[in-house]
Amino acid sequence: MTAADAVSRAAPAPAGGDRRRSGYLRYGLGRIGGAVVSLLAVLVTGFFLFRLIPGDPVKTMTGGRPVSAGQLAAYREEFGLDLPLWEQFTDYCGKALTGDLGTSYQFRAPVTEKLGEALGPTLLLTVTAFVLHTALGVLLGTRSAWHHGRTADRLHTGLALTLYSLPSFWLGLLLIVVLSVGVGPVPGLFPTGGMESGAEEGFAHVLDVAHHLVLPVVTLVAVEYGQTLLVTRSALLDEMGSDYLTTARAKGLRDDLVRRRHAVPNALLPTVTLIFVNLGRTVAGVVLVETVFSWPGLGGLFYQALSVPDLPLVQGLFLFFAAAVIILNTVADLLYPLLDPRVGR
Amino acid sequence: MTAPPASPAPAGPRALAWRRRRRAAARFWRAYRGHRAGLAGLAVLALLALAALTAPLTVGGDVASVTGAPGRPLEGPSGRFPLGTDRFGRDLLGLLVWGTRVSLLVGLLAAVLSVAIGAVVGITAGHFRGVYATVLMRVTDWFLVMPTLVLAIVLATVMSRSLGTVVLAIGITSWPTTARLVRAQTLAVEARPYIERARALGGGHGHVMLRHVLPNVMPLVLAQTTLMVSASVLAEATLAFLGLGDPAVVSWGGLLQDAREAGAVSSGDWWYLVPPGVAIAAVALAFTLCGRAVESVLNPRLGVGR
Repeated sequence: MTAADAVSRAAPAPAGGDRRRSGYLRYGLGRIGGAVVSLLAVLVTGFFLFRLIPGDPVKTMTGGRPVSAGQLAAYREEFGLDLPLWEQFTDYCGKALTGDLGTSYQFRAPVTEKLGEALGPTLLLTVTAFVLHTALGVLLGTRSAWHHGRTADRLHTGLALTLYSLPSFWLGLLLIVVLSVGVGPVPGLFPTGGMESGAEEGFAHVLDVAHHLVLPVVTLVAVEYGQTLLVTRSALLDEMGSDYLTTARAKGLRDDLVRRRHAVPNALLPTVTLIFVNLGRTVAGVVLVETVFSWPGLGGLFYQALSVPDLPLVQGLFLFFAAAVIILNTVADLLYPLLDPRVGR
Repeated sequence: MTAPPASPAPAGPRALAWRRRRRAAARFWRAYRGHRAGLAGLAVLALLALAALTAPLTVGGDVASVTGAPGRPLEGPSGRFPLGTDRFGRDLLGLLVWGTRVSLLVGLLAAVLSVAIGAVVGITAGHFRGVYATVLMRVTDWFLVMPTLVLAIVLATVMSRSLGTVVLAIGITSWPTTARLVRAQTLAVEARPYIERARALGGGHGHVMLRHVLPNVMPLVLAQTTLMVSASVLAEATLAFLGLGDPAVVSWGGLLQDAREAGAVSSGDWWYLVPPGVAIAAVALAFTLCGRAVESVLNPRLGVGR
């Protein structure tokens, strides 16, 4: 399959005591090899998406505005579009691998620089929302499954499904109308967008950013926690009939302990897998929420790039999002065997 | 739908098969009726489908015309315009009803495309093992972790603005889940003895896949399509909201984009924003509820405590 697989297979058979570690090593190398192949596939996709699509990229870039033939030729040369496709491809790969993603058409600045500026705000928003929605989903999912069939379970499942069906951008717009602009007697409680409002320093600045963070985070958590809840619930329901839980109860353990120490850890693995596979969906949510709240992050940048369209920037962001999701998934794959010894043996 | 009276001559295999299918459908409906949420979803869908199909009669195609708009721009809800008017003075209720057509059409087409790709990939990857299946499943896994909406956005950006582009962009980015499910089911079906019998009698690849595997995978595919429509409707609204839909067509996502551009958010015109979003959420939720009900009828193990 992959080069890494071949290497690990060619390695001499391990001595008995080392079997565990070499099993993990082989598993890990396989995963890393797979990730490298995936990343290369992203690189190739990124190239062909923007070159082989019907239509002239330069025409798309100038958005149908009247441009002189000389200017078109200058653009072609600037973006290397006058070279043969093969040379364009090797050129692009070489540059992308050294961190040069081209120049933004709109901002007249290197794409990498724009990405670097926007990364911080996105990480702040995404990590906060991610931690909260995962915690909320697992907590409520566990409750739901443990008391399945009761009113609380139905309420939680119903609410999760409803929120999961809402378009995140619409929820964001509504929250702005109700809580930022204010409807009727309700005053505006939160800022309508952006990440900071003044040139405040120190702790006041932190508070200011936190104040701006509330609505975007609430929106993201609301649309994302439902899936985690449902998966945790069904994974736990699968475990509920298991013999080891009966044994644990027969030992006289309290219900709470049976749940926390025995049932939940076993149900958590499918949940963790799903959370990481769904990172792609999270990225989509971030793009929309940042757009709605004018958050100065990668998602907002993506929207700005789309509306021009600023193809080098769109391409750079596509490569970045795809690579980030693949790398995070690989990290998760490498962590599973440590969480659950049944994996990767 | 009553079964034909038993004829004295023995029924042919085809008639037998039809009777069996009809009985299975009746059994399915009886089980489905037990799911209240599924029934509610079905009712909402029937209502919306009716609204979409009769829209040319009730609101008429010229509701979307900017030049002949009946009211002043951005009027609040009133007796004449129950949901107010948009930024061109068009009747929002009419636009909402008209938008049902696009949202349902794109949602259904994209879901069918996506599930069709998924089913073909899943069945062939489950049937032909070896290098072909390995490569195919690698590709599937790659698509599975990809941020599909970002990919769809990129596709819609570089292609021309049309409904076909939107369907294509959603369809070719959202099939991997279906492919994985169908492949698992194909592997389970192909392990059964009657497949071996079919092979021993000389059945080729095409015969086994189409006559034996496909009918067994079909229920799963149907359930998956129902769930997929919900995702496609949301994706369509999202693309339209980002300005990547067909600008000449009225859709719910496009209405929201209009509202945002008209400054409905900062002026607090909630009546402009609420209806399209509620409509999107209602369709998405209805399809999800139906899909879950179908799933739990077909696979009772999933339906624990629901």
